Amino acid sequence: MSAIAINRRKFLGALAGSAVLTLPQATLAQGAALTRPIPSSGEALPLVGLGSWITFNVGNDREARDSCADVMRAFFAAGGRMIDSSPMYGSSQPVIGYGLQKFGAPNLFAAEKVWTSSPARGPAQIEASRKFWNVPKFDLLQVHNLLAWEEHLRTLFAMKAGGQVRYVGITTSEGRRHADVEKIMASQPLDFVQVSYNVLDREVENRILPLARERGIAVIVNRPFREGDLVRTIMRKPLPPFASDVGATSWAQLILKFIISNPAVTCAIPATTRVDHVQENLGAARDPLPDAAWRAKLVAHVAKL
Amino acid sequence: MSEWWTYSLSSFLLFSARTYYRLFELTNADVWPLQIVTLAIGVAIIFLIVRGTAWSGRAVAAMLAALWLFVAWAYMLERYDPINFAARYYAIGFVLQAGLLLWTGAIRDGIRFDSSPLIPAKAGIQSPTHEPAVEPWVPAFAGTSGARWVGVALLVYALAIHPLIAPLSGRPWTQAEIFGLAPDPTVIATLGVLVAAARPNWLLLILPLLWCIISGLTLWTMESPEAPLVPLAAAVTLGIAAWKTLSFRPPADG
Repeated sequence: MSAIAINRRKFLGALAGSAVLTLPQATLAQGAALTRPIPSSGEALPLVGLGSWITFNVGNDREARDSCADVMRAFFAAGGRMIDSSPMYGSSQPVIGYGLQKFGAPNLFAAEKVWTSSPARGPAQIEASRKFWNVPKFDLLQVHNLLAWEEHLRTLFAMKAGGQVRYVGITTSEGRRHADVEKIMASQPLDFVQVSYNVLDREVENRILPLARERGIAVIVNRPFREGDLVRTIMRKPLPPFASDVGATSWAQLILKFIISNPAVTCAIPATTRVDHVQENLGAARDPLPDAAWRAKLVAHVAKL
Repeated sequence: MSEWWTYSLSSFLLFSARTYYRLFELTNADVWPLQIVTLAIGVAIIFLIVRGTAWSGRAVAAMLAALWLFVAWAYMLERYDPINFAARYYAIGFVLQAGLLLWTGAIRDGIRFDSSPLIPAKAGIQSPTHEPAVEPWVPAFAGTSGARWVGVALLVYALAIHPLIAPLSGRPWTQAEIFGLAPDPTVIATLGVLVAAARPNWLLLILPLLWCIISGLTLWTMESPEAPLVPLAAAVTLGIAAWKTLSFRPPADG
């Protein structure tokens, strides 16, 4: 992954001010969210995106839909771009469509998935998803949890060749089928891979993240907070003294900074129902980002909690 | 999903507790003031069980069938289905149970209550007269009255106490789960009716007991404090039904 130094002055200034500073791969985008390039295209993507698992599945509850739309508006206002969803996420897709229609999103990076065991049903499902979002096309389509991945990848690569989608990827979560993920990463011309990664679940550091860097595959990190369990568990503990080294003001920001400072990671996608949380999450995608030594210190600290 | 064993229950929970409880608030708002009617039906069911007239079973079964159908539509399909793919199958189960209640209970008279007064008449107060509902096939064994009391207690819980879970848990009154509108109190009340019946009807017990497992697991996965209550009602019902079945004595010849 090549380094881009758009914000060189800020980077150098920060480097002078602290010994634990930051990786040069990340650069500032609009709204002050740091970005990292998608390896296959060089397109800059903010390091923090927005997931929709559980949080946006609010059904036809108008009040809750408005609340989700407010979260989306705050997300875009803070410089966010990537929203990720799936046909598996209940009503999340129409809820995203509702938010997009209500407030608009010129910089949206729409990431969706195909999730059906029937390869023949894949295109119809993708089209149904597109109608829910009400977007001309998706930026990224991923095979959800490797379900019927060979056949779906053929469909997605054909769509990419036809200009119907810009990027193709695969997903897994909670450490499942990593051997298969590696095999697919090694053999297929993927743009993205999506995995679970956080300060406690670090299996991907061994093989998948290095392989992603080697193969030039962007990495999306899901469940950065273990669906909130991680933050709920440790939020009562005081922040470690070295939190101030990276400008983190909360455990959520510490956890996110740990993830997005890994140079292999392109974007983490925490999900939330709250405007203040989405702003806090995007706040993590700001300088300074920690280095490997700081990350190791956080791992050791959390293990002791 | 070849790696299905790696999934936990929470992997299948697609929604938050907040969204789940909002469903009751929205359903209550959709149908208000129908709550008064469904609760009145519940009180009527208790009255019919206590009186134990010849047609009580048929009337109770017909009323319950109507409420199971209503829950299938107003809650399962209208509100729960948008956030849970499984809700449409739950709705089918509720419609099926309504059909079973109609066929087995209302048409074939398969739910009968003991005709003996549940509350003995006091001296000076005339006991209500009613037609004996006990047919020769209805077993008479010790404890029938006790089971009827348990059945009535389950009904009272479903009607009056279960709705209090919302405010007692710090949620608004508007999220109260009301008998005849929300599945849990409707199912618990149905279990109460089947417990109170003179003879256990296993066919009518299957789907309510199945729902108790589903609801208990859903609430347990959401870490809701009331999670044990619905399975507890199922366990009580199962115990009494089994005891009744084992105690059943066929009527003597002649």
